[in-house]
Amino acid sequence: MNYLTDRKRAQGTGAGGEGTHHHWQMMVSSAALVILVPLFVFVFANGLGKSYEEVLAYYGRPFPAIVTGLTMVVVILHLVRETQVAIEDYVHGVAEKLSLMAVAAFGYTLIAAGLFALIKLAL
Amino acid sequence: MVQLTLPKNSRITTGKTWPKPEGATNVRKFQIYRWNPDDGQNPRVDTYFVDMDACGPMVLDALIKIKNEIDPTLTFRRSCREGICGSCAMNIDGINTLACIYGMDEIKGDVKVYPLPHMPVVKDLIPDLTHFYAQHASIMPWLETKTNRPAKEWKQSIEDRKKLDGLYECVMCASCSTSCPSYWWNGDRYLGPAALLHAYRWIIDSRDEATGERLDELEDPFKLYRCHTIMNCAKTCPKGLNPAKAIAEIKKMMVDRAV
Repeated sequence: MNYLTDRKRAQGTGAGGEGTHHHWQMMVSSAALVILVPLFVFVFANGLGKSYEEVLAYYGRPFPAIVTGLTMVVVILHLVRETQVAIEDYVHGVAEKLSLMAVAAFGYTLIAAGLFALIKLAL
Repeated sequence: MVQLTLPKNSRITTGKTWPKPEGATNVRKFQIYRWNPDDGQNPRVDTYFVDMDACGPMVLDALIKIKNEIDPTLTFRRSCREGICGSCAMNIDGINTLACIYGMDEIKGDVKVYPLPHMPVVKDLIPDLTHFYAQHASIMPWLETKTNRPAKEWKQSIEDRKKLDGLYECVMCASCSTSCPSYWWNGDRYLGPAALLHAYRWIIDSRDEATGERLDELEDPFKLYRCHTIMNCAKTCPKGLNPAKAIAEIKKMMVDRAV
């Protein structure tokens, strides 16, 4: 049992000094996805049903490749940040820290693998 | 980790059913949460029957009638009986509200009364609001000034005073905070809608000179940013206030000063 005053328990160790940056990043990526997702759907739909050589040529053009790459990066970063919030909500202690590291590692690996695949297609 | 089930000693059992009032024709059934810390028993739900022809229109009227005429051990807070003191906040028919201004005509079927959710219970319908009040104190709910002039009255324009409308009316009943899932999961660190509404009330007060310090104190992933705009607070507020909007305004101010 800790003999803490109610005020000390409520204040804890004070403000962490961050939060707004994460909030702003989420706002920016949300706004970006409003534009990118419809563009990506349009680009992806245009590539459907093509032969392998046609797809290589299609993603060799700058517009489909850049839209696909941007969408992938922004979606995954948005997902990582949102998952971070969910983990902070429901998981606490050491498990929280480990989960946050795992999600970040998984997200950045996904981005690297996706970009590698896209570059291989495009070049 | 978040605990999704109640501990064994908190699971609710069926309690006592009290007899119906004799000769009454207009009877209403009340199911009320009961828990006594002294008897070592699990919480239970007791059933009471109230003669509505001899009872006032509000849920608090019925609770007082039950306490006076049926079961004097029923415990709940009440004071002003007109929505000003915030004492009689409880969960009625699944909604956090004030028993004194919630009419029984708004409830279909049995009247189910529980304490405010997700708070430690002191007894029956009385939640322990110690931490809630301490969080309110932590946002410095007073006018903070650094200038010592004017020595008397600090004036405020009509426009600036209007900014406090929809904020100053909060009676700290805790209905909003205890309806917020984020507060349920992280109430130890998240300040909750009530404290944040009060924080905003002082942040935008034109006479207050600690705006920066107040925002600094809220710059935290948990104190402020656990609000996920679920809006339960605005839906449940018995005074019709909108804490979620106040929180959104604080977030906008945070972005404005950082970006």
